Amino acid sequence: MRTGLPLDPRDRGGLQQPMLIARDLRKHFPVKGSGKSVQAVDGVSFTVGKGETLGIVGESGCGKSTLARLLLHLVTPDRGELVFDGDAVGAPEGIAVGALRRQVQMVFQDSYSSLNPRMPVRDSVAFGPFVQGKKKDEARHIARDMLSRVGLDPSLFGPRYPHELSGGQKQRVNIARALATGPRMVILDEPVSALDKSVEAQVLNLLRALKRQFNLTYVFISHDLNVVQYISDRVLVMYLGRVVEIGPIDAIFERPLHPYTHALLASRPSMDPAKRIDEPPITGDPPNPIDPPSGCRFHTRCPFAEAVCEAADPVLGPWEGMQSHVAACHIHDPHSGHSRFGNA
Amino acid sequence: MTDTIVLDEPLDTFEEQALPATRVRGYWQSVFYRLRHDPVTLAFAAIVLLIVWAAIFAPLIAPFDPYKESIVGRLKPFGWRGHMLGTDELGRDMLTRLLYGGRVSLLMGVVPVLIASLIGGMLGVVGGFAGGRTNTAIMRMMDVFYAFPSVLLAVAIAGAMGGGMANGMLALTLVFIPPMCRVAETATTQIRSLDFIEAARATGARTTTIIRYHVLGNVLGPVFIYASSLISVSILLASGLSFLGLGVRPPIPDWGLMLSTLRQSIYVVPLVCALPGVAIFITSICCNLVSDGLRAAMGVRM
Repeated sequence: MRTGLPLDPRDRGGLQQPMLIARDLRKHFPVKGSGKSVQAVDGVSFTVGKGETLGIVGESGCGKSTLARLLLHLVTPDRGELVFDGDAVGAPEGIAVGALRRQVQMVFQDSYSSLNPRMPVRDSVAFGPFVQGKKKDEARHIARDMLSRVGLDPSLFGPRYPHELSGGQKQRVNIARALATGPRMVILDEPVSALDKSVEAQVLNLLRALKRQFNLTYVFISHDLNVVQYISDRVLVMYLGRVVEIGPIDAIFERPLHPYTHALLASRPSMDPAKRIDEPPITGDPPNPIDPPSGCRFHTRCPFAEAVCEAADPVLGPWEGMQSHVAACHIHDPHSGHSRFGNA
Repeated sequence: MTDTIVLDEPLDTFEEQALPATRVRGYWQSVFYRLRHDPVTLAFAAIVLLIVWAAIFAPLIAPFDPYKESIVGRLKPFGWRGHMLGTDELGRDMLTRLLYGGRVSLLMGVVPVLIASLIGGMLGVVGGFAGGRTNTAIMRMMDVFYAFPSVLLAVAIAGAMGGGMANGMLALTLVFIPPMCRVAETATTQIRSLDFIEAARATGARTTTIIRYHVLGNVLGPVFIYASSLISVSILLASGLSFLGLGVRPPIPDWGLMLSTLRQSIYVVPLVCALPGVAIFITSICCNLVSDGLRAAMGVRM
């Protein structure tokens, strides 16, 4: 599929081996005093192929950012397994967390708080290579190179402090910082959400160009479906800490399987004033992740909910004929007994 | 007719090269720039420097021997036989003793604050960065000291250990550690949850490296400002200890001690007897105002 790409010298399993496999990741944050916990991420599994961009979408509070931090072990998962290019992360015979962080980096949403206010930006960029064993001069050289690659003149911008830069410029610095250590995979946690539209487009184009240039793999987290559609190869839809649908970008946007994905897509403002929607396709807030609904977590807001949805957890399973595009919904499970099976 | 904006243009066309009009100025450069344009702070800083200079060079500029007593020349007013600021109850020259007294007072003002900011700052950074139980343990320990008013605590510690300058400084250090620790802890806790610390962790940096490169720079400002505001408190407390006989022992000249011994003569030569108090007042208020100016220039919010 992507045979034209040169193979990274650090590559181990070839192009067919996924860059990252997440299996049944779970993170619950205990709530003090109540004995309960926020089920931020609850049994999430997916794979990221080499050289692809996996988009992750979902409403605020659905666990997207926690998932991003789990992938880098910035938050330790309660359960589950990460496999990076064939090596289990943290396992004795696998890859250590420190080694993982040499190959995976992250760009954060808040471009301001993700840069040290008391450090010139070139030092922020140079910090990664320096920590990973480069000499100070080498690290500075890398920082200069990286700043120019993200479109910032290193002699103009390098000595500046974050408060002297605009939001777009800061986010470029953040991207340079993430790329300075030479990662193979970058996790982008809402990298353009805080930017205005014209700057957003520039940063997205920059990300695309850098991906080609450095042969990167992206995990792109966003709540903006248009952005995800623009940049992703595949999309994963999250709802309340779980994966509800995963599939190729065109399939998801043209033939969404899950009612939640359907509602998300319908909630996009139309460019055509004649097609303006008056009724929101989905109402209310997502349920509290401390006490999520039983069975399918979407059944409280789903227009097609039936008894089975409340009773049983839907499985994200490959059903016949659509291996790459799956949804966790009883409507698409022939054995669930949902009345709408086959005509959704 | 309409102009279409093509967003797929090559990079760095729009806002990229738009730069602020000011030239590049580092953090400390901008602090000094603001200080230079603050005449009030500069004036008070000059007074503080003058006091420090006078204390350091006291042996060179003092007109008399600070321990030379005179039976006939006791409690004389300003200008008596070359004694510009009069004499004390043992006939010693007041100006000389005030100059020498400044050495002790400034030493007792600065040293405890320095040691306390090192120890308290370190405890605060460790507690704030570690969080959880370590933080709770450290901060609750500090709260025990907070339960006492600072003056009472200093008097109690100095009283328990006996008088003398070293014990006085030790007492003051112990008094200042908890507030220093709390300031450092607050600053560290605020920094710790920011994304740039997370980003630093994501590069695989060790905790000590992160603290050294990313935390200390951000905590230094508040700690430094708070420490500078404590210097005047320390001078006052040190004088108070000496006044109560818990600090410096006579005949060593010290402002607090001088105030204490001269107070019986307040009806004889009131102006001379008030001088040590005036010295304490001027020094501490100047230190405070300089500290305020520094805080404004450094943009530290407490």
